[in-house]
Amino acid sequence: MSIWEYANPVRFLALSAKVQPFAWGAAAIGISVGLIWGFFGTPDDFRQGATVKIIYLHVPAAWIAINAWIMMLLASLVWLVRRHHVSALAAKAAAPVGLVMTVIGLFTGAIWGQPMWGTWWAWDPRLTSFLILFLFYLGYIALWEAVEDPDTAADLTSVLCLVGSVFALMSRYAVLFWSQGLHQGASLSMDKQENISNVFWFPLVIAIAGFTLLFLALVLYRTGTEISLRRARALSARMEPRA
Amino acid sequence: MIALLIRDLRLAMRAGGGFGLGLAFFLIITVLVPFSVGPQSSLLSTIAPGIMWMGALLACLLSLDRLLALDFEDGTLDVLATAPLPLEAALAIKGLAHWITTGLPLVVAAPFLAVLLNMPPQGFVWLVVSLALGTPALSMIGTFGAALTVGIKRGGLLLSLLVLPLYVPTLIFGAEAARRGAAGMAVETPLLLLAGISLACVALLPFAAAAALRMTLR
Amino acid sequence: MIPDLGKYATEVLSAYGVSLLLLAGLLARTLRRGKSARAALKQIEAETKRHGKV
Repeated sequence: MSIWEYANPVRFLALSAKVQPFAWGAAAIGISVGLIWGFFGTPDDFRQGATVKIIYLHVPAAWIAINAWIMMLLASLVWLVRRHHVSALAAKAAAPVGLVMTVIGLFTGAIWGQPMWGTWWAWDPRLTSFLILFLFYLGYIALWEAVEDPDTAADLTSVLCLVGSVFALMSRYAVLFWSQGLHQGASLSMDKQENISNVFWFPLVIAIAGFTLLFLALVLYRTGTEISLRRARALSARMEPRA
Repeated sequence: MIALLIRDLRLAMRAGGGFGLGLAFFLIITVLVPFSVGPQSSLLSTIAPGIMWMGALLACLLSLDRLLALDFEDGTLDVLATAPLPLEAALAIKGLAHWITTGLPLVVAAPFLAVLLNMPPQGFVWLVVSLALGTPALSMIGTFGAALTVGIKRGGLLLSLLVLPLYVPTLIFGAEAARRGAAGMAVETPLLLLAGISLACVALLPFAAAAALRMTLR
Repeated sequence: MIPDLGKYATEVLSAYGVSLLLLAGLLARTLRRGKSARAALKQIEAETKRHGKV
């Protein structure tokens, strides 16, 4: 084992220990403020009525669901190129978070869709892409669980993440080709004209920031868990031959 | 390379699997569908292209876990990995062998089974063309999936979980082409996109599959 | 206290309920797994020390 094996995780853990309290705190504040403001402090939409309040969960969850996968892709690339263990473990740590966010996105969307579109589910491009993303998360997590050797698992899941990203992107556009959309366009964009109105915008942005910080805190903590597990495994493997 | 191809084909034949099994599976699916959705011919003819594609997908999946597993167990893959022939090429050949034993028979049999589902005859050509263009991608994606899971005990179910989402783009364009063909609409766009996916898969996935296999063998 | 949600009360409340429940579940699982992993590591580290440095 080289120095990288330990130096990097140790430095990572030190940094993570410093950042985590702020991340947890800010996440709690952001999510509470965003959701409470959104739930209690915003008017009903003139067409959607009270269901507009679901947006404060739906959009942040969807945002994290997509960006968690992108983060996993980057972490996988770092692992394949530089072979930093922390990177591979961070990707592993992020996957279940992304999965739960995908489920939240799908659930809240379905609950909102029933009164608004008259159906829980439509084979709309965005919805379908999200379902496919959900399947990719499942496969990725299942592959991590199935491979015994941790390094091989990190290798194989990284390759799957890379190839999966390409296919997920292809599916995204294939699905656009295949079906016409029901889902509205982006809720947030740089273009002011397209934006939702200010009353909804502020709490939404705060909720998104809160979810992002929650994701950060969760991933840092879970990566720490993975590092502990890995180190425990390495230590017990070293003890056994002498026992 | 040719020797490897011939060897794989011969092994597939001898195992009794190969041509027979995938095809029989395809046939059974086609026969079972009317039982599950009812015998109305108008309904059947609408969903026939989709059923054919679904059947092809599942038939392809069926033989994937044996694609590399046997060679992994008896050490052939270790020999291949150290052989002068690049592992990428060896895997491409294995994908090709899988396509010849599963994809090709499906392509040939598809119009006959489409009759059972009451598919309009004008669609036969496009069904065959779309399957011929799409099944190579299915085989190659499958080879990649098999390379990922070859070291895992009882990896069969996991293999399906990994491979099926990757089949989505191929399925969408393939079934769309077949559907449009059956409805007498223009099929060029989905066919071209399907061909593009197949070519990209055949060109790039052997590298990904070889990388995954090396990780398992190391 | 709770704002008037009109006829969509069930939808909005169930959306919040399900989402917060899922988040809480994720959080609980994460913390439980993290605690047990860290405890196990501590135990193993102590044992390694007792056996002397490698």
